[in-house]
Amino acid sequence: MHTVVLLKMVPDVVEELEVAADGRSLDTEFLRLILNERDNHALELALLLKERHGGKVTAVAFDAPEVDEVLFAALAKGADRAVKVTGAEPGLSTRTAAYSLALVLPTVDGLLPADFILAGCQAIDDLDGMMAPLLAQEMKLPYLGLVSSVTLDSADRKATVQKEYAGGVHGEFEVRLPAVLGIQAAEKPPRYVPVAKVRAAMKSQTIEVAPVPTLANGGEAAFHVLSMAKLEAAGHAEILEGTPEEIASKIAEVLVARGVL
Amino acid sequence: MMIPTAESFGPVLAWIVLWVVFLAAVGLFAWRVSFLIRLLLLGRADNRFDHIPARLKRVVVYVFGQLRLLEEPLIGIPHLLIFYGFVVFLFATTGMLLQGLLPGLHIPTVEENRYLAPVVDLFAVVVLAGLAVASFRRFVIRPAGLQLTRDAATVNLLISSLMITYLAAEGFQRIAEPADAQVWLPVGGWLANVFSSSGFLQVHASVLYQTFWWLHVLIVLSFLVFLPYSKHMHLLAAPFSVFFSQLGPPGILTTPTEKEGRLGAERLEEFTWRQLLSAFACAECGRCERACPSFQSGEPCSPRNLIHNLKQQLLLYGPAFLTKARAAADGGEPTLIGGLIAPQELWACTTCLACAERCPVFNEHLPIMVDLRRRLVERGELDPHLEEALRNLTRYGNSFGQSERKRAIWTQLLDFRPKDARKEPVEWLWYLGEYNCYHPSIQLITRSLARVLKATGVDFGILYEAERNSGNDARRVGEEGLFEVLREKNTATLQQAKFEKLFSMDPHVYNTLKNEYPGLNHGRHPVLHYTELLAQLLAEGRLPLTRRLSCTVTYHDPCYLGRYNQVYDAPRAVLRGLGARVKEMPRSRSHSLCCGGGGGRIWMQEIGDAESRPSESRVREAAALAGVEVLVVACPKDYVMFTDALKTTGLEGRLVVKDLTELVEEAIGPLGWSEPHDAAQVER
Amino acid sequence: MAGNLWVVAENWRGKVSDVTFELLALGRELADGLGVSLEAVLLCHQEKEFTRDLGAADTVLFLDHPSLAEPTAESYGAALAQLIQERKPQGVLVPLSNVSWDWVGVLPAMLGAPYLNFCKDVRVVDGKIEACCLLYGGKMEARVASASPAILGILPGARPAANGRIQKQASVEEVKVEFEKTPEVTFKQYIEPEQGGVDITQQPVLVSVGRGIGSQDNLAIAEALAAALSGAVSGSRPVIDQGWLPLSRQVGKSGATVKPKLYLAVGISGAPEHVEGMKNSELIIAINTDPQAPIFQVAHYGIVGDAMDTLSALTEELQKASARKGA
Repeated sequence: MHTVVLLKMVPDVVEELEVAADGRSLDTEFLRLILNERDNHALELALLLKERHGGKVTAVAFDAPEVDEVLFAALAKGADRAVKVTGAEPGLSTRTAAYSLALVLPTVDGLLPADFILAGCQAIDDLDGMMAPLLAQEMKLPYLGLVSSVTLDSADRKATVQKEYAGGVHGEFEVRLPAVLGIQAAEKPPRYVPVAKVRAAMKSQTIEVAPVPTLANGGEAAFHVLSMAKLEAAGHAEILEGTPEEIASKIAEVLVARGVL
Repeated sequence: MMIPTAESFGPVLAWIVLWVVFLAAVGLFAWRVSFLIRLLLLGRADNRFDHIPARLKRVVVYVFGQLRLLEEPLIGIPHLLIFYGFVVFLFATTGMLLQGLLPGLHIPTVEENRYLAPVVDLFAVVVLAGLAVASFRRFVIRPAGLQLTRDAATVNLLISSLMITYLAAEGFQRIAEPADAQVWLPVGGWLANVFSSSGFLQVHASVLYQTFWWLHVLIVLSFLVFLPYSKHMHLLAAPFSVFFSQLGPPGILTTPTEKEGRLGAERLEEFTWRQLLSAFACAECGRCERACPSFQSGEPCSPRNLIHNLKQQLLLYGPAFLTKARAAADGGEPTLIGGLIAPQELWACTTCLACAERCPVFNEHLPIMVDLRRRLVERGELDPHLEEALRNLTRYGNSFGQSERKRAIWTQLLDFRPKDARKEPVEWLWYLGEYNCYHPSIQLITRSLARVLKATGVDFGILYEAERNSGNDARRVGEEGLFEVLREKNTATLQQAKFEKLFSMDPHVYNTLKNEYPGLNHGRHPVLHYTELLAQLLAEGRLPLTRRLSCTVTYHDPCYLGRYNQVYDAPRAVLRGLGARVKEMPRSRSHSLCCGGGGGRIWMQEIGDAESRPSESRVREAAALAGVEVLVVACPKDYVMFTDALKTTGLEGRLVVKDLTELVEEAIGPLGWSEPHDAAQVER
Repeated sequence: MAGNLWVVAENWRGKVSDVTFELLALGRELADGLGVSLEAVLLCHQEKEFTRDLGAADTVLFLDHPSLAEPTAESYGAALAQLIQERKPQGVLVPLSNVSWDWVGVLPAMLGAPYLNFCKDVRVVDGKIEACCLLYGGKMEARVASASPAILGILPGARPAANGRIQKQASVEEVKVEFEKTPEVTFKQYIEPEQGGVDITQQPVLVSVGRGIGSQDNLAIAEALAAALSGAVSGSRPVIDQGWLPLSRQVGKSGATVKPKLYLAVGISGAPEHVEGMKNSELIIAINTDPQAPIFQVAHYGIVGDAMDTLSALTEELQKASARKGA
């Protein structure tokens, strides 16, 4: 059984985000990138499937600052291969990324056909679409998103999948393999990988490189960012100040005034 | 004494029987001891053969001087007496046996010596008295950690019966062979008189003398055989465990040798022979458990159990590995963690070192515990809060998960800009530590010291955004890989910075920079704790004090400053120099009670119920001192833990927690300088 | 000729979702601004009565087919792609919800049309559609324009649902599409969450905790406050993921939508997935150490600082007040 996991680097919001001088993009001077949280869950799900059913897991990511460490961490956690896709423009277009991936994945030796292609269900910078469904469409594969559990029936080449709905309801679907799934959560929180193991992976394993073939028409971004701005802090809320006791009595006043108390 | 012979029991037969019994006992003893040694050799190598003179000195002080045991005089004194009683009797009984085994050699015995005989005689009673006190303590007072086991009872019984049979034999011999009456035996002689009052006893004195002689010999030989099967084998192992104990700063951890890329230890063969020896040297006295702050708060963490379970694992599963064939057939050792030792026992440890500090046989609980933690980390089985802290440490260089760029934000509220040691040379590099940089309440204290140093004219600088967590707690949590990464980064930064000496306010930072960064302290850059620096400045008369403080304070010794690095006096010297009256808590200096935040515990879930947590126990201890207004601390984690504890115990009105530097600032500047505590926002 | 403006209605398990009306309200504004018709698209299986609810639109395009019983990417996506290609609207407003997730994801690629995600607002500027999209967990907003036809994923709460409930009969046009493919995704069943315990949607007061509370121990402080306010404790996704609270206490996209009298957000950053579950609460008070946290955009009152101190002080204050009253 073979699972491909797509990992995306997104801006780390721990750092204060600033708008660049052009007024339409992020200032990159102090910008740090971090692995998209949902992709981490996708990787965990892939590893759990491998533990249960055997097979291989390949992690794929676009080249970006700090992506090497993420790929080595994936290898240290138990992924078998790591592929870095180079030659693609970074940016807000997930559409372009999906298109590029659809072109590049078949060129990687032994990568396809895969039984599962997993990605996080969304990322915080998905301006023009989400990776998993767009890639599924490009590769003409079935797709389900917001997945929180996967049960494999390898004999019949299908999987039973649970999707999350509002109110804690889950929908159970059956999907024929190979399939692309957008992962909301793995059955367990993403595992911890000790630093020593990542360092060992850096020494003993390699990241394969796969350049993107020249983009044909159809992949360009079809949107245009006119401006970008930080949401004004406390643009809405009235900020209460003082010692905890002072704040508490102010809150109590408000609660009485609003009829809560 | 010559083997007493009876008419029906010829001397030759007796002699043969003695030899047979003697050889059997010695043989069994030797076999068992060699078995135990072979078990030890299952462990990894560890060179403990350096600095022999220092090691011998340790044995003299702690084995023959019994120094650590004497800290608890109720048991220390009896044990000392029993110990020397053992030495004396070893001498006497050996002589006795030799004389019996090799009659032709006419070996002089103690009994025939008019100086030694009374000593041995008296010791028998002294030992009995000691045993009585010890038994009373174990079975009636029942201190925590000391168990009522059959093993303990058996040993008590054997020693007592040895003394009793010796005295009885003496007494009956006196009656049967009056010629020896020249030698004064205070107790034996008295017993002889007592026995003489009974006609029956007097008539049968000779037989009784033989009986008790043989009983004594048989009991001694039984004890010899029993010894290496009971916890009393500490008798044999302890001198070695003390001899081979770690010299140098206690609690120092070392980079493990990666065997097949595995970190830590769990299987018997992954521990060092010295760690395995801990199991045999342990007398199950329970001192470590009684001292353990986590144990006191109701957690399953017990240093005694750690060693005990290691011993069980070794004795139950070690033998299979002594022969390759059996090892192969056995299919492997059941895992220790999750088996005899639960992970929670390991995560509950605060690494305060109180256990190792008290241990009379110098067992090193901490490296064993950390090795096991390393294995848990390797398996990815961590407390989830801990995971988050470690992820933040890895990514941002601090456990708060805040940007590296905010490291020096605390300086913004100073009216001067500290020198940047990356760019210009300074005399003192101040390695701040993450709590002093990021924690809102602690930032006040950091600024306080900055102002003090500026007013004193100390030439200091900081690393600004280049500083990262020193790695001390990452290492103690078992994330050795993370420690190495941090140390590498920091070492590179330090090599490029321009400074002569280094100090820190955080004892955790201080400990690892001083002891675990090669080339730093012992190289060209002495590493100090800021209290040591302040004491120095005070002694040199450089602190611009303008007033004497009139408060009564008590001082809490931080684990990583006190037990780890033996710095007890500098902070007290500073306090006295400021004019404060220092009252000591019952548990002070090396007996200080850990605040509960070390060993990564400040990152993990709080354990135990609120009443029994170490931090709460400690503030109550401080509040119980009449007249004490301030609990002085010298570690940011202590500050955070005790400030919280004051709230949860409701003692906020009674006591206030202050860092030493705040008191120094009060004594230097006008009161308006100090930032009021209320403005602080305490964050976890 | 410029195409019409479409709103894709959402119906799930026998009900037209509230978001549909929010989209209709927004759609009406945009259609009027562009001077075109507003058309609602209803995909369903044997639920024609829903067309009566869509009176805010001028026309309802109604498609009834067994394949459309459950919203899957292939069925709804293919159907909408065909309709859009035939009828060429200039803009299609689609709801961003768990129900529509799959087909919203594939539709742009099926069509080859541009798509804009995370729209919190859409306006007509110089006769063109311009969206305001929330990025980076709600920390930045971008004004974005795109080519036509544009598909716009609208976040819940863009307009009040009431504005989209118009009692009018729209004209209904039944449409047909070709469903050729054998489905590769088959719906099996819905699994209800475990019942029992507290129903947070019925609570008048919710003390809701996020990652910022630090540790599970602090839950006790939140619970004490909730009890003092006769309410319950709820949480955001990270807290549920960690296992500190059961799934039944989750507020947000995959959890419950709540409208209590008081929603106290403690240590919650305010990412859109959470906000959509609580933004209609009557009174929202947020406590967070980060003054830039998006939660302050939706809160009525905010406190920048440590949550635990404030909660403890507030609990004490309330206990004193009730003692004064009750005594």
